[in-house]
Amino acid sequence: MTQTRNLIDENGMRTDGRTIDELREVKITVGTIKNADGSAFIEFGKNKIVAAVYGPREVHPKHLAQPDRCVLRCRYHMSPFSTDTRKNPAPSRREVEISKVMREALEPALMLEDYPRAAIDVFVEVLQSDGGSRCAGITAASVALADAGINMRDIVAACAAGKVDEKIVLDINDTEDKEGGADMPVAYMPTLGQVTLMQLDGRLSQEQFTECLDKAIVGCKMVYDIQRQALMQKYFGNETEVKEEQ
Amino acid sequence: MSVSKRSTIIVEHLRKQQMLDNLAKGKRLDERAFDEQRPLEIEVDVIKKANGSARVKLGNSEVIAGVKVATGEPFEGLEDKGALIVSGEVLPIASPHAEPGPPDEETIELARVVDRGIRESEMVDLSKLVLVSGKVVYTIFVDCSIVNADGNLFDATSYAAVSAILTAKIPVLEMQGDKVVDTGKIMPMPVTTVPVSITQVRIGDAILVDPSSEEEGCMDARITISTTDEGYCALQKGHAGAFTPDQIKKAAETARIKGEQVRAKIKEITNYGR
Repeated sequence: MTQTRNLIDENGMRTDGRTIDELREVKITVGTIKNADGSAFIEFGKNKIVAAVYGPREVHPKHLAQPDRCVLRCRYHMSPFSTDTRKNPAPSRREVEISKVMREALEPALMLEDYPRAAIDVFVEVLQSDGGSRCAGITAASVALADAGINMRDIVAACAAGKVDEKIVLDINDTEDKEGGADMPVAYMPTLGQVTLMQLDGRLSQEQFTECLDKAIVGCKMVYDIQRQALMQKYFGNETEVKEEQ
Repeated sequence: MSVSKRSTIIVEHLRKQQMLDNLAKGKRLDERAFDEQRPLEIEVDVIKKANGSARVKLGNSEVIAGVKVATGEPFEGLEDKGALIVSGEVLPIASPHAEPGPPDEETIELARVVDRGIRESEMVDLSKLVLVSGKVVYTIFVDCSIVNADGNLFDATSYAAVSAILTAKIPVLEMQGDKVVDTGKIMPMPVTTVPVSITQVRIGDAILVDPSSEEEGCMDARITISTTDEGYCALQKGHAGAFTPDQIKKAAETARIKGEQVRAKIKEITNYGR
């Protein structure tokens, strides 16, 4: 998309008052859905998203069960009231695609081979949407999976970077997504150093492409720290400070 | 809801081992180099009833794309732009696994990724396809039918859609009062650039360009990267595996170099820029 107006002012500030390397405010609360085996509520800028995990549990219908591993089922859904104009509650093609890329982003982190013949269901419900809801959804889902006690290789953290006013900026908001030049959501496993989700829409030069990917990964690492702190907060409370691992 | 893919574990593991053994020796099962595409054939104007059309064969994968023009309301928030809709369907004739009925998540992803590659490149100058701002615009449908599926449908479908758009001749319409009238004249599609997608898969440590369906059966992860003359315009990572950042940067470089070759071929066949 070609931009029609400037989104970064002369002081280098963006439409919501952030610098180009700044993340929106991210707040994660673990265990908000009491019935679920694991859950997390995330506020990522104006996004309000709840993720709940049920499982490992029996697979229904049974023919979906796998003899050697667990099936992971994922649903990304936006509530009708989450957007400016009411969203039809039936799953849109966009939601079907996001459910798929979200499952594929989470699957590499999970030790599905530990739960043969079972299913793990991940539900992500967007209650209020802002730009970057898929990244926020993956971030919350990953925390919910850890909260459910599922064996994991790493936590998946997600963050987007993009192009605004020909500058590469971190964590695109709604306005920048709609009017800016490019959007690149990335999900990353910081300990393993692997990218599990990556998409791009919008034009980037060769140099911008590399810069954008590197910036998104830096953002993922910032998100990862917040995920860890949220989990520590639930399981160790205030008594344990998060210690830096060397 | 998106569900993990089924595995036929024994066959899959045996075949994957065979594939890994071969790749470790630097060989693909069909003897191609890692960065070599299968033979690409493009034919244009194959459907006379369409405003533009193309048939693409990439190895044994075969896709027919047709452009049809209609008028309608613009998309919300894009009042001064025509509408471009690229869609794709895997026909039941395409493989023993394809079934009629509503599209599954893979087909939806395929259509959306092809659409995104073309849309984000701004290939079609949609601002030239407006009749009454905010009310009546050209609606360009690019429908892609996959008639034989043998791997890498992303690229085959994308090349078919792009070639069909490049050769499309659309009716010149005008408004008379509230009515849209066909003037009987035709014009070429207002095209600005030629996007080309290159799909690569990772199997173990090997990254392969243009996967066959056998290779897709064994892949750990997939990445589709679209480029124009100026740089990158769209990307989609797929499948339940991961890439390292270095692998992605290398894949992006390969996509740029290979994309250049395919772009030259598409331009030649469609007479673009002449």
